[in-house]
Amino acid sequence: MKKHFYDYLWIASALYLILGFFNILFAWLGLLCFMIPLLISIFGKSKAYCNRYCGRGQLFSLLGQTLHLSRNKPMPRFLKSRIFRYGFLAFFMTMFGLMIAQTVGVFLNADSLKTAVTLLWTFRVPWTFAYTETALPAWISQFAFGFYSIMLTSTILGIVLMVLYKPRAWCVCCPMGTMTQLVCKGHAHGKTEQN
Amino acid sequence: MAKRKAVVDKTHCVACGCCTSACKLQAITVFRGIYAQVSDRCVGCAKCASICPADAIRVESST
Ligand code: SF4
Ligand code: SF4
Ligand code: SF4
Repeated sequence: MKKHFYDYLWIASALYLILGFFNILFAWLGLLCFMIPLLISIFGKSKAYCNRYCGRGQLFSLLGQTLHLSRNKPMPRFLKSRIFRYGFLAFFMTMFGLMIAQTVGVFLNADSLKTAVTLLWTFRVPWTFAYTETALPAWISQFAFGFYSIMLTSTILGIVLMVLYKPRAWCVCCPMGTMTQLVCKGHAHGKTEQN
Repeated sequence: MAKRKAVVDKTHCVACGCCTSACKLQAITVFRGIYAQVSDRCVGCAKCASICPADAIRVESST
């Protein structure tokens, strides 16, 4: 099959995770992985992002399928249920909101900048090695640490799911995937099916 | 022998599109970002079913 430029977006995703170890400010680039899928679902009315352009999904396929790191077993029923998927989306958005609140706290000088990455919403890992003081306001760095925490956490969860279940098991509960599917469902609501 | 064809469970499909890349015949596509749809080209090889992370595809014999 012919390869397209977008078949290599997994390189960008891997690079993103690596850059975060050198300079946390690169974490801001991750906003693209939030905005692009949403914009495509809102204006393109499709999940073309998941279907074609998601580098993270490709990375999981590469590790799980091409490199055979996945057990390739079915996921437990509960993890595939709508309740879990929507619940996880709600949880994820709540944690995202808390991260924004923390950034605002630093912006208002109510909180001090914490040069740490929080993994799995629990473990605070000192990340000062990727931080250099700049002329930029502290909240910009705070957001970068917060955002990178989210990206690294979801990658870790995705890798665990990839190993235990199907290579792309993360895509079942991925908040971006769930959200864009919901947007598409909203668009299609009331339209007649093609089936 | 009865013809075999993939059938998608729409309530569990997450529209990730893994099945579309797995299918050599382009017999399965994601419809409007909501769920996957199988066309008549499907030969029931089950490649899509084995890759589907949501286990939303079954291969059934159709009459
Ligand atoms: S569900 Fe998430 S990880 Fe999977 S392809 Fe879509 S955005 Fe990427
Ligand atoms: S791989 Fe499974 S969940 Fe993903 S679009 Fe195809 S049928 Fe739906
Ligand atoms: S069963 Fe085979 S031919 Fe049919 S949609 Fe799946 S991969 Fe394609």
